Amino acid sequence: MAFNYDKYLRLEKMPTLWCWGCGDGVILKAFVRAIEKMDIAQDDICVVSGIGCSGRFSSYVDFNTVHTTHGRTVAYATGIKLARPDKLVVCVAGDGDALAIGGNHTIHGCRRNIDLTMIIINNFIYGLTNSQTSPTTPKGMWTVSQKAGNIDPTFDTCDLAIAAGASFVARETMLEPKKLEKVLIKAMKHKGFSMMEVLSNCHINLGRKNKMVSAMENLEWIDSITVSKKKYDTMSEEEQLNLLPTGVLKEDTDADEYCDMYAEIQKVHQGQRAKITQADFAKKI
Amino acid sequence: MSTREVISTGNELAAIAAVDAGCRFFGGYPLTPSSEVMHVISDLLPKNGGTAIQMEDEIAGICCVIGAAMAGDRALTATSGPGVSLKAENLGLAQMAEVPLVLVNVMRGGPSTGLPTRVSQGDVLQAKNPSHGDYKSITLCAGSLAECYTETVRAFNLADRFMQPVIVLLDETIGHMHGKAVIPTAEAVEAAIVPRKSFDGPAEEYFPYECEADEPAVLNQMFTGYRYHFTGLHHDKNGFPTEEIETCRKLIQRLEDKVAMHEDELESYEEFMMDDADVMLVAYGSVSLAAKETIRNLRAEGIKAGLFRPITLWPSPATKMKEYTDKIKNVLVVELNIGQYHSEVQRATARLDIDGLFKVNGRAISPHEIAAKVKELY
Repeated sequence: MAFNYDKYLRLEKMPTLWCWGCGDGVILKAFVRAIEKMDIAQDDICVVSGIGCSGRFSSYVDFNTVHTTHGRTVAYATGIKLARPDKLVVCVAGDGDALAIGGNHTIHGCRRNIDLTMIIINNFIYGLTNSQTSPTTPKGMWTVSQKAGNIDPTFDTCDLAIAAGASFVARETMLEPKKLEKVLIKAMKHKGFSMMEVLSNCHINLGRKNKMVSAMENLEWIDSITVSKKKYDTMSEEEQLNLLPTGVLKEDTDADEYCDMYAEIQKVHQGQRAKITQADFAKKI
Repeated sequence: MSTREVISTGNELAAIAAVDAGCRFFGGYPLTPSSEVMHVISDLLPKNGGTAIQMEDEIAGICCVIGAAMAGDRALTATSGPGVSLKAENLGLAQMAEVPLVLVNVMRGGPSTGLPTRVSQGDVLQAKNPSHGDYKSITLCAGSLAECYTETVRAFNLADRFMQPVIVLLDETIGHMHGKAVIPTAEAVEAAIVPRKSFDGPAEEYFPYECEADEPAVLNQMFTGYRYHFTGLHHDKNGFPTEEIETCRKLIQRLEDKVAMHEDELESYEEFMMDDADVMLVAYGSVSLAAKETIRNLRAEGIKAGLFRPITLWPSPATKMKEYTDKIKNVLVVELNIGQYHSEVQRATARLDIDGLFKVNGRAISPHEIAAKVKELY
């Protein structure tokens, strides 16, 4: 029997405002299937989104939902999670949202290793506002703010998250929704900050001037720049150039999670344990 | 209300007040001269089962506070003018989505980095409109050590009553002042807490933003079976984005009217030796302490001066001020800025001949300076 999404969607908000052929809907469906399989009550989940096409994600799913200001998903989610550490809190942001205006919060969410899952839908462009350069727009592509060609170097979302201290980092594309669903479950079950980058298409605002006018052309391009981590690891540095590995890129189940650590702070102040010292972290350093 | 005597500072009293008023979350960023609020509350909250977190920047500080308040906790942030500038956009979201929180601003010299360790009252107009758009701010201003405590407590109850941010203005002088204060006991404060309203009917009958034209939203705690949507966009009765013309108009009008129609619940001021006054000083915050001494000195010399001290700065106690200025000719507004509240006194009293004594060099104003001005003018 086909999967029934109705329970998890705010059907009165359909159709979405996403363009025909947009990958965001595929990601939304994979997310909903992942939640169903995790068997968590809708009341116990909070989805926090930012500004951009991905910002509307939160209004379509029937959970506790927050549509924040531009770039601030992780900061809002940090407050929600610390106030209610036993709940599942998921951030959904775009590449401009999470890596440009909200870059600082993304970095520090990773560093704290607070138990949030952050889904970054990376379509390589500011889609909602008509094709401005994002931190992931490939060099040389046309954007409306750099019509002579983008000269800004790109961020690698996953490298950034790993370097900043996220304990779970994965990248998938919307081309393989079943695989995406499985990795999303891993990400959300992981205790600690989970960075889940999902590459998606924007044939309307990335593709139209970059020779990818249809969704298929845009998706073929995404396919051409991605390779599984397993295969990527066997490649030479030269072959790896301009390719993005997919799959789980980091999974550290030993890293201290921030809410757990804060519970220790509470214990110190309540006289239940001695002060935290450097010795407590000897193994980590 | 039963009281206790403490020796403390203004900043410390604001932190203690928050915890006594049921605050369970603090998020902030170090900023002189407000940092002691964070220093104190980061010990007090975990002791009481709450959470205090130093975030990566001022913006994150207010955002996590809004997040915790959305979850249902009473939440506080503390900063100074530069921090309020950075927090402004998200204060706007809290106004729009009707999320209650308290922001303590310990004012320092501005604009920009200004005079970080010195006193000012330059954020009075910023407190009125920190963010873009239409809404009506609530701003309280402590004029004594004890009020650093009592006004912070009042701010939490007002935030939950009106479902929006409430700003408590301290200034560097009062924030760092150290002395004796008589404040209510924690038990008395706790007993007087009025929590935010909630809806306990069936979820399908719950519409958080469907309320009377002059009443705030009723926002149930998150994760309690009432799933709805927070957004900074114009929104409908369930909180979902809309551009429907009447819904948009009604929403913004209600954000104004929920405060404007209930100013009686907010109004607060002190009248000091005003009964027979023929010189009226208007001052607030630490300046009011100098003004009171001035008045005692002037009266010893036979000049009948009095002080009108607004405690709720926004909305201003306009009616009461006008009552006085209709009777008293000589009115002098004394403040550590170039007439930010002076313009409000002019507006409220419909008098353009209100005098001003302004000081903006980072130094407190002395009773001697005020007395000299009074004698020069009147």
